[in-house]
Amino acid sequence: MPDKKILLETKDLKKYFHTPIGDLHAVDGVSIQIPEGETLGVVGESGCGKSTLGHSILRLSEPNSGQVLFDGKDILKCSKHGIRKLRTEMQIIFQDPYASLNPRLTVSETIAQPMSVNKLCRKVELEKRVLELMDTVGLASRLYNAYPHELDGGRRQRIGIARALALNPRFIVCDEPVSALDVSIQAQILNLLMDLQEERGLTYMFITHNLSVVKHISNEIMVMYLGQCIEKANSKELFKNPLHPYTQALLDAIPVPRLQSRDKERKSIKGEIVSPIDPAPGCRFAPRCPRATAKCTERDIPLQNVSENHQVACVQFDK
Amino acid sequence: MNLNKEEKILEIKDLSVEYTTDEEVVKAVNHVSLSLNKGETIGLVGETGAGKTTLALTLMRLLPKVSSRIPQGEVFFDGADLLQLPESEMRKIRGEKISMIFQDPMSSLNPVLTVSDQIGEALALHMDLTAEEKEKRIDEILRLVGIDEGRKKDYPHQFSGGMKQRVVIAMALACEPELLLADEPTTALDVTIQAQILNMMQDLKNKISTSIILITHDLGIVAEICDKVAIMYAGEIIEYGKVKDIYEGRDRHPYTVGLFGSIPDLEVESHRLHPIDGLMPDPTKLPHGCKFHPRCPRCMEICKTMQPPEYVDGTHMVHCHLFHHEQPLG
Repeated sequence: MPDKKILLETKDLKKYFHTPIGDLHAVDGVSIQIPEGETLGVVGESGCGKSTLGHSILRLSEPNSGQVLFDGKDILKCSKHGIRKLRTEMQIIFQDPYASLNPRLTVSETIAQPMSVNKLCRKVELEKRVLELMDTVGLASRLYNAYPHELDGGRRQRIGIARALALNPRFIVCDEPVSALDVSIQAQILNLLMDLQEERGLTYMFITHNLSVVKHISNEIMVMYLGQCIEKANSKELFKNPLHPYTQALLDAIPVPRLQSRDKERKSIKGEIVSPIDPAPGCRFAPRCPRATAKCTERDIPLQNVSENHQVACVQFDK
Repeated sequence: MNLNKEEKILEIKDLSVEYTTDEEVVKAVNHVSLSLNKGETIGLVGETGAGKTTLALTLMRLLPKVSSRIPQGEVFFDGADLLQLPESEMRKIRGEKISMIFQDPMSSLNPVLTVSDQIGEALALHMDLTAEEKEKRIDEILRLVGIDEGRKKDYPHQFSGGMKQRVVIAMALACEPELLLADEPTTALDVTIQAQILNMMQDLKNKISTSIILITHDLGIVAEICDKVAIMYAGEIIEYGKVKDIYEGRDRHPYTVGLFGSIPDLEVESHRLHPIDGLMPDPTKLPHGCKFHPRCPRCMEICKTMQPPEYVDGTHMVHCHLFHHEQPLG
């Protein structure tokens, strides 16, 4: 994608958490590029570091090393004041609409807060702006003075989205924004996020464990396993031609709402994710991989280009 | 398989359940009728608040005593009405003949007891076993759910989420129940672990021919392991039939169509999803007529006032005025 402007880029980003028994490698050398106006989907199972990656990019948790470039500027080198300014352009929608809202603030106070903190809006205009935002995300204006506990999950998530939009950001990290919601509400929120992207040219990093959702919304998808990116490809390509054994297993494990798939024999992978604390060198998926050989654990396996829009980290494709 | 000739294990007739608070009455389950044959798996599908879990708790007689009420209905299991049984009788059935897998494996285990103690509890209550036999049975059941028996003296916190869910399943299966109520058994798990658990449940069904009521909101899971499906909305079963009727049938309830439209399809390219507009009705103020009419894209005048009766076509039952064929569609 040479002609598209890259809005967000990370280079070899690392975030380790220190624990009494060693370093927990939550994000281990992840490099991504998201072109402006597009969506990068990040998928993986719980504990693979996808949320930590999102938080590290926004410096909500400080990365250990690497670079995060937003519009060409290295965020990790920004001063406290600088990052504050940058955060008006980079926002996050959190996973749990029940835990991410302050129960003591009304809907309007929650949405107004980022604007008053950043002094973006005069008091007289604030109400108008809040009502506009509520309208954008589909919240009825009668809920202006409602408290979060009065609302259901879907509406709460809409507040979270309105709050993220309040500062007119260019980039939003969506951290499992629909996983706590019912399917019919999930679809409403996904449609809303896609409409907003179209209208405002937003760039998303969409973190989720739900593969059908990620396919629906993303241009490019990155699969993470134990802190590392193991496969990255154009969304269609990844689903049509998954190369890494883990990606194949993940895709195979999704129950499809069709009867034809009933008799299909599942190749479910055995075992569970191993500890991310001081992991052994080599492919981290090897202990569960049906095609693992001695070669897999000899050394770290880098991401390799297999085609223009497809990269994979697996010895089978290592040149 | 002829439905009528099968041996019925459970029959729910016109069951309603209410929760009462100081101010209002919440109608959680409304006039539900459902039957289940031996060895069959039925998927109970619906959104949060549809009354799925309440229905399961009613069958187990585990509803909160103070705030719940069963104004009408009968639940026949093995010929006896569960709702009329004294608690002492019910305790013999619960855990032995009917058992339940709860949704959240993290919170349905006792953190201060070892796994074998917790599985052994059901065995000690319901089966007359010597200590040695009991240990043997615990090993057997752990192997069945794919846990190494060397870990039986471990505590729940030493297991991962998927393993804990296996322990919960082992507890439910310890006495080889005739009926298993599985309340979202895989919702809290990752997809690869979910696939393992579903495979295991499939095997178990074949091995000990338990009947299963699988509560879920995932239509993909239902397609994979269920024989029949009941779709619940606002406390009612609005559509019921074999999986074929629900997934490939012609006359489907608009709500069911909406549920399918809400799932992003992996195999079909589509730009927008087609969700159901609006929200579930407030269970304290259910709408008149068809409960779904305020959200229904094909709502007619009659839907607003009259509760739709049952329309049956072979094995397929649907509650919707659209399929009332004697009258021209509005």
